[in-house]
Order: sequence, then C-alpha cells, then structure tokens
Amino acid sequence: MKICIVGCGAVGSLFAANLAQLEDVEVWAFDASREHVDAINANGLRLSGAGEVVGRLRATTDPEELPACDFGIVATKAMHTEAAIRATAHSFAGGSVATVQNGLGNEQVLAAHVERVIRGTTFPAGRILEPGHVQWDVKGDTTLGPFDEQPAPFADVERLAEACTRAGMPTHAVEDARGPQWRKVIFNASTNPIGALTGLTHGRVCERPDLRALVSGLVNEGKAVAAAQGIELDSDPEALIDHAAKPEVAYGHKASMLQDVEARRATEVDYLNGGIVRFGREHGVPTPLNEAIWALVKGVEQSWQ
Amino acid sequence: MTRVCVAGAGTIGSLLAAHLARVADVSVLTRREEHARALNEQGLTVTGRAEFTAPVTAATDPAQLPEPELVIVACKGSDVELLTQRLAGHFPAAMLMTVQNGLGAEDVAGAHGNWPLLSAVTFMSGTRLTDTAVEYVLDTETWIGPYRDTTPGDARAVAALLVSSGLKAEGFDDLRPAQWSKLIFNATVNAVAALTGLPHDPHFAATERRSDLGHLVRDLVDEGKAVASAAGVALWEDPWEMNVLATKRGRRHSPSMLEDVKAHRRTEVDLITGSLVREADKLGVPVPLHTALYRLVKAKEASYS
Repeated sequence: MKICIVGCGAVGSLFAANLAQLEDVEVWAFDASREHVDAINANGLRLSGAGEVVGRLRATTDPEELPACDFGIVATKAMHTEAAIRATAHSFAGGSVATVQNGLGNEQVLAAHVERVIRGTTFPAGRILEPGHVQWDVKGDTTLGPFDEQPAPFADVERLAEACTRAGMPTHAVEDARGPQWRKVIFNASTNPIGALTGLTHGRVCERPDLRALVSGLVNEGKAVAAAQGIELDSDPEALIDHAAKPEVAYGHKASMLQDVEARRATEVDYLNGGIVRFGREHGVPTPLNEAIWALVKGVEQSWQ
Repeated sequence: MTRVCVAGAGTIGSLLAAHLARVADVSVLTRREEHARALNEQGLTVTGRAEFTAPVTAATDPAQLPEPELVIVACKGSDVELLTQRLAGHFPAAMLMTVQNGLGAEDVAGAHGNWPLLSAVTFMSGTRLTDTAVEYVLDTETWIGPYRDTTPGDARAVAALLVSSGLKAEGFDDLRPAQWSKLIFNATVNAVAALTGLPHDPHFAATERRSDLGHLVRDLVDEGKAVASAAGVALWEDPWEMNVLATKRGRRHSPSMLEDVKAHRRTEVDLITGSLVREADKLGVPVPLHTALYRLVKAKEASYS
C-alpha cells in the first residue's frame, strides 16, 4: 500500500514516521520546506517525546516525483489545502484522500480535485523542533469517515484506519465522522481566538468567570449550528474545555492561534469561527459572537500589513 | 471669564490650558511638584495644528492657585474621583466642567462640592511630548452643555471662550445627544482598536467580505443606539457616520485604548465600554457584543502580568 502525507508539518510527521514503521506500507511525504524534505531523505524522520520513532520514507517538494498512491493524508494548515491538493491530485487518481486538518470545509476543497474523500479529525499534536525532527507532545485518537458529498468506499476508510492503528496512531473508521470533527472545531473556535485576542493561556482564560461565559456563548452557537445539521457531538466541548484547563493538562498551554499571532503568522480563524458562521448561515442559525470574534482576529492579521 | 483653572495636565488638559492662556489667566493643578515647577518656569508649548508658547501658573495644592471662575477637570476618567477630592472645599464661586470620556464624570466630581456643573465632551486629540510640550493632532470640536445649576447660556459662554483661544467648541442646550453619540463611537472604535492593534483606519468601515470589521463596528453601533433609545436620548450624530468620516480623513489615528494596550497600561474600558454596558443593564437592553469586547479588553489587561 502506498500512502502520501500531503503537508508534513508536526501532525503530518506523526502520521508519516509512524506509518513508515509498517512493512506493507510505502510512505511518501510532500512538503513545501526544502530543509525538512532534505533532512528526512538524509536521516529519516525522527519523533521524540510521547514516542521515540525514526521513520524511513521518501520526501519531496516536487509533486511530479510522487507515484500513484492508494491514500493521501492531507495535514497542511487549512489555508494551504487548495494549493497542496491541486499540486498532488494526480497521485490520487485511483486512491482516496483523507483530511486530518483543523477546521471546516477542507473536505469540500479536496473534493474539487479528487474523486474519493475521507473526513477526518485527529487529536495527536506536536511541533517541529528542527528539519527532520518533530516533538510528539500529545497522543490521541483519530476518527475517519467517508465524506458524504463525495465519499470514499467504507472499505477504504477501514483499510486506512487499520494501517494507522497498527502503526501506533489509534484510528476509528465510522460512517459519520462529523461528530468528532464538530466537537474539535467548537472546542478550537471557542478557545483559540480568545487566547489569541487576550494573550492569556487556556487555563487563565477559563479561570475568569466572565471570559469563560463568553467561551460558553461561542460553544452554544457552535452546538446550535451542529444540531441544525443533525450532527451529534461525540462529547460535550464544555467538558473538554474544563478538562484542558486543569493544571496537569493544559492550563499553561498557549493556543496555536496565540502562537500564530505572536509570530505574526496567518491564523486558521477562517476555517474555525469563519466555518461556523458559514454553516450557520446555510442553516439559518445566527452566530453573532463567532462573527465578532472572526472579524477581530482578521483585524489582528490586518494590523500587521 | 478671565480666570480659568485646568485641573490635570495630561494631553487634553495641556491643550486646553495652553490655548486658554492666550486669552485668560490660566492656572494648572498638577499631581507632581516638578511638573508644576516646569510649567511655572517654561510655560506650555504647543506644536502641530498650532505653534506657540503660553505662560501658566501651576501648583500641586489648589490653595496656592488664584480663585478661578471656571475649573476644567481634564484628567483621565479613572482619576476624577481623586482629583476632585483634592478640590473639595476650594473655589466655591467657580463653575466646574468635566471633559471625560464615558458617562458619569459629572456626578463623581459633583459629589465633592456644590459647584455649578457643566458637562463637556472633546474630540480633539494630541500627544503629550513632555511636561511642558504637547502636540495638537486633531483640531476637532469640544461640545459643552449645562449639567447642574447651569444654563445653556453658561455653556455657550465657555464655548465662546474656547473659540476665542483658537480651539473649536460649541455650546448645547442639552449635551446628552452629543455625549451619547461620542460614547457609542468611542466604545466601539476604542475596543476594536485595542483588541486588533489597528489604528482607526478604513478597515473599520470595510463591509465587502463577511469577515470585514465594518460589520462588527456597525453591529456595535446598533447595540449602542438601542441603549440610547431606551435612555430616551435622540443621538446628535450617527456614530456609524462618524466612524466612516473619521476613517476617510487619511490620518490613521491611534485611539487611546490602543495606545494603553501597546504600553501595557490599564485602559479606560471601564469608563467607556463599561459605562455603556452598565447603562444597558440598568435599562434591560441586551448588548452581547459590547459585553464580549469589554471582557476581552479586561482580560487583555490581565495578560500584562
């Protein structure tokens, strides 16, 4: 089986290095970073932290080098989905492509370029330490399911999930993967921008009762939009938010969006709060707080120009 | 009116004192001894929209200043309480005028003496360069109205004095329509600027894309209008039109709350957005967006430490 990781950043690297451990899987990685790609090809892709792994795989910045693949796993930041899949779609003419990205709408973007699409949500997290070397911060589950508008055969979804699980990335194949996806999107959209706008860590956001109430306001809008689509969340985002605020979990964690803002990088707000607003409008559910937060974070990005 | 005391010599106080000193005997009440000494020795120098130096008499103790006919309380809103405590028992024959942002400075000041009260809002702005020098940046108007034991004639007399000194001013029969217009404008523009880092520029009026800030600005203005209407105040100017006009001036004005946030100082959000939210609560008008922005700015202040 040939699997290509499209976007071999922190999350993509976790999949790539682990899958490369399997005898029956040939792993390719497509990434825009020349240094990262060269380091992977020279020394393998190394993970440290939650697991110590060195994966031997083929990495490239040139999509023409990619072979025909059975599966793609797209792990770019959401704003790079379009360019990444446009460049690599030819490799997946006979395969299925899964997204494990943040936010809403990535499946639609993939579906414009490839036939068979898998909706996915993943919780493992890490960060790139240096080219070819990724810190594995958090282990966690992945859920995959056929994208209803342009589905991959369920047997394919199961085959990919089985390979990931065997490689040490526990993955569930389900008929409807929207529940876990919306739970994660609501969690991220309700907490990440609050950290980004205030500069506070997750725990400090949650210990201010008035700010925690604002987070709940955002969660409630997200839940209403999910409910209007008939999506059943697999667990309550509120419980996850409070769990993460515990000192031993993620009290001192700076949300990725806060890290983006501090580094003056474009954020994923269009795919989080922007996604909730868009789906809300499609289903007649008002989302005034998500709209306000979306506009404020876009304003922050505009202030750098 | 020939004797005026300006209490508080920040940016607005310095601009008022310097201009008035060209047409009246002006005394300045300062907090610091060296500030009073510098003013007595060097006078006040204005640059920018006007260029001149004018002599003033300054002291930290009101007892050392000549009896004025008019006292202008020109400190920040958060300092009115302490400043007017120091004025208690002094200048019984004078009228007292507040020029603070937000609502309620008149009542705070008026609690410390039986002075007749005038209420004012000012749109002019500047940059305080040193204890004795201030740059006059925006030569916009100061609006004055009666508040307690004063008449529209008193308001117009003070406005005429300001105009004769080279400032722009207008007297009103009832200041509240103008005061509320400015409050809604200020609460909106200052909070959005403080959270995004944007100066008051055309982004605030942009409505092309769904995520453009103009939508949020208009929604915040609409909430403010609903509060004004419930308070029985017919606005003098439409705060949205004020916003659009100000962003067309070409000068990217940096609102005071943005300056405060950049310098990691406490902002005036309690006086500006806070007074609008408190008034809304009193009147039972929902203001979810102003409430959200108020909480975010308070949290941003908390992130300094």
